[in-house]
Amino acid sequence: MNSNKQDHRDMNHSAKNWFKSGSPWVWLTAAAVSASIIMVAGLLALIAVRGLSHFWPTPVMVADYHESDTRTVHIIGEIRDSESVPLARLHANGETIKSDSESITRYLLRVGNRDIQGLDFRWVLKPKLSQQHYPDAVMVIERREWGNFYGHLQAIKEDGKVVKEGDRAWDALQQRIARTQKIFSEIREIEKDDIGAINYRLERLRLDERHMEIANNNDADDRASISRERAVLQARYKGLQQKLVQLYADIGRDVLVAKTGEGRVVDIPLSKVVRAYRPNAMSFLKKCLFYAEKLWEFVSDEPREANTEGGILPAIFGTVMMVILMSIFVTPFGVVAAVYLREYAKQGPLTRTIRIAVNNLAGVPSIVYGVFGLGFFVYFLGGSLDQLFYPEALPAPTFGTPGILWSSLTLALLTLPVVIVATEEGLSRIPKSIREGSLALGATKAETLWRTVLPMASPAMMTGLILAIARAAGEVAPLMLVGVVKLAPSLPLDTNAPFLHLERKFMHLGFHIYDVGFQSPNVEAARPLVYATSLLLVLVIIALNLTAIAVRNHLREKYRALES
Amino acid sequence: MSKPTTPTHAIDVSALTHRASGQIDFEQEDICLEVQDLNLYYGQKQALKDINLHIPAKRVTAYIGPSGCGKSTLLRCFNRMNDLIDVVRIEGRILLDEQNIHDSSINVADLRRRVGMVFQKPNPFPKSIYENVAYGLRLQGVNDRRTLDEAIEKALRRAALWDEVKDRLTENALGLSGGQQQRLVIARAIAIEPEVLLLDEPASALDPISTLKIEELIYELKNNYTIVIVTHNMQQAARVSDYTAFMYLGEVIEFGDTNTLFTNPQEKRTEDYITGRYG
Repeated sequence: MNSNKQDHRDMNHSAKNWFKSGSPWVWLTAAAVSASIIMVAGLLALIAVRGLSHFWPTPVMVADYHESDTRTVHIIGEIRDSESVPLARLHANGETIKSDSESITRYLLRVGNRDIQGLDFRWVLKPKLSQQHYPDAVMVIERREWGNFYGHLQAIKEDGKVVKEGDRAWDALQQRIARTQKIFSEIREIEKDDIGAINYRLERLRLDERHMEIANNNDADDRASISRERAVLQARYKGLQQKLVQLYADIGRDVLVAKTGEGRVVDIPLSKVVRAYRPNAMSFLKKCLFYAEKLWEFVSDEPREANTEGGILPAIFGTVMMVILMSIFVTPFGVVAAVYLREYAKQGPLTRTIRIAVNNLAGVPSIVYGVFGLGFFVYFLGGSLDQLFYPEALPAPTFGTPGILWSSLTLALLTLPVVIVATEEGLSRIPKSIREGSLALGATKAETLWRTVLPMASPAMMTGLILAIARAAGEVAPLMLVGVVKLAPSLPLDTNAPFLHLERKFMHLGFHIYDVGFQSPNVEAARPLVYATSLLLVLVIIALNLTAIAVRNHLREKYRALES
Repeated sequence: MSKPTTPTHAIDVSALTHRASGQIDFEQEDICLEVQDLNLYYGQKQALKDINLHIPAKRVTAYIGPSGCGKSTLLRCFNRMNDLIDVVRIEGRILLDEQNIHDSSINVADLRRRVGMVFQKPNPFPKSIYENVAYGLRLQGVNDRRTLDEAIEKALRRAALWDEVKDRLTENALGLSGGQQQRLVIARAIAIEPEVLLLDEPASALDPISTLKIEELIYELKNNYTIVIVTHNMQQAARVSDYTAFMYLGEVIEFGDTNTLFTNPQEKRTEDYITGRYG
């Protein structure tokens, strides 16, 4: 009894000691860090797995599906998801299925053939499936319209006549797809680049003419040169158009004939085919190659089918360019403001108030900046610019409409506090002895700033910029008001002089995620792309930040401060 | 704070200064800086009281005194470093070559070019050794490579640093040791050929060997420059200076020939300080 008491007291004592030693505190803090790391890693892993697995060729199942007791259909599709549903819920929905267990499994099948069946995806109940198998011959066709096609290849027609049938048709198909692809890219090149450039210049000529009209300039020479140039362009356009007619005839030559699961035979022109493959017949190596090809397409191509297929290059480009423009605007502006606040302004109540106000700007919701950007930059500044410099284009706005310039300026404003605060911090950390050393050598305050203080504070400026980039690259809400669109017809940087078109609208990865995930006509098909795009957005931000961090580390090494 | 010096140390001093004891005969010296009725206030607090001093040209003048007695503040008056502190108010005149340095016609940057300064802690810029020494020259618009090369070699030689750094002029100055950094800072200051060199406890952050080198350097430099040095270390003052001023609570208590001041102080407070009775 006594020793028990003693033990108890000892235990109490040791618990108290353990508490006093600080170990619980160490454990608590370490646990917080671990939890954060696990969450971040989990998040990245989730979007990586969900996003990247989308491009792996899924086996295609062929089965009989007993829709009702009397009706059985033959279906072809990829299993994209499965879940277990309580039987009661199915019964409530009017399903008459019987089972011993409480719940049954159902699959989400991607059945494709949207043009024929109207739906890309459908849920099927596992007990109603029979004869499931994965034949090698089943074929998936990625099309430019109407999503994927699932079915069996029957024949290939050239100019309306059957040239290949059965297995031989498959071998011929790939060659012919390659041929149409080549023609297709040729057509796209002509339409987008050549004709695009001609249209751009014709539009410029029209504006020049309008400009002369407004300015009451009736110089016959100018007019003649405009019409001469226009004639040249139009002649070139005619030539290109003829070439296009020829190419369109060429591309429409081949048609493939395929049979759907229900047994319908359809003709698919090869001009509408992106690629055709037989996932069940692919070896692992082939699947890897296919995966690489799809992944490359995703990062290097333009989107198709309301952004649910194809790539997201314009969005990557738009994001990166917008962030770079924003950096160009925000860094000098923020640094100059910080230099005044820290170096020149008298440190009194007014400066303190301004500093607090600047810090609080960082807390203003970003959509408010969007509204401000729309009102001030787009309508007021842009509208005035149009009145002053682009009257010939009115009533069509040039700068008086959302665009990449206004987006980057709005985000520059949004991130300005971060840069100011970081730069001020950096300036205040420069040792007084360094400033005095410079002043004692006969430097003025400005010379001291330029030659010593600012270079030494440059790592801090880069820190500010890093934080600004991290914030700006992920911002979507304000951009929806000042320049981001679902699909931009042309990039803000191209080969038409003056090359950089700051007035253009652009695509953005963040907005792309929102658009694909929530505004898409085909949400099921787009869902994996949401993850893939999210992953890419994270990667782009990481890449931008790593670049900035590398620059900062270089500067840090160069301007290593005095060890005090 | 070092151990107080006993008067026995002053025996070495007489060997260094070659000067008979007695009051300073300013008739024999060129006066470089003259301080007249200088009062300095930090806000309400008076830090310097009625200072009147002559600083002879091409001599080493040392200020000693306990912490907070205003010796650094007085030193910083000579190149108007106190201008950087908002709350400082200065009355009185400081004449450099018979011109008041507070005159509106005096450009502060020009003044600081003529009156160089070395601080307590070495403060090289985070640049190469070469660029550190070139800094003041570049400020004056000297960018010719050959002129710079010559001036930099000369300054580094005078600062007794040339042999140690001549092979690594392009390396970052922060890679030098503390003593080398302080000599580099001195080289940087003398590269622009000032008339006066103010040294604010230049060796207090250094080890004994570096301190010795700095002291030797001061002894060399006094042939070309008027040197004013503030030090906590009384042996140092005794070793390097020709004249010494003892300051206490913002006042100059006693100013005279170093030898005399250490061997035969006129004031009780001076004697108390140099014998270690307070400080």
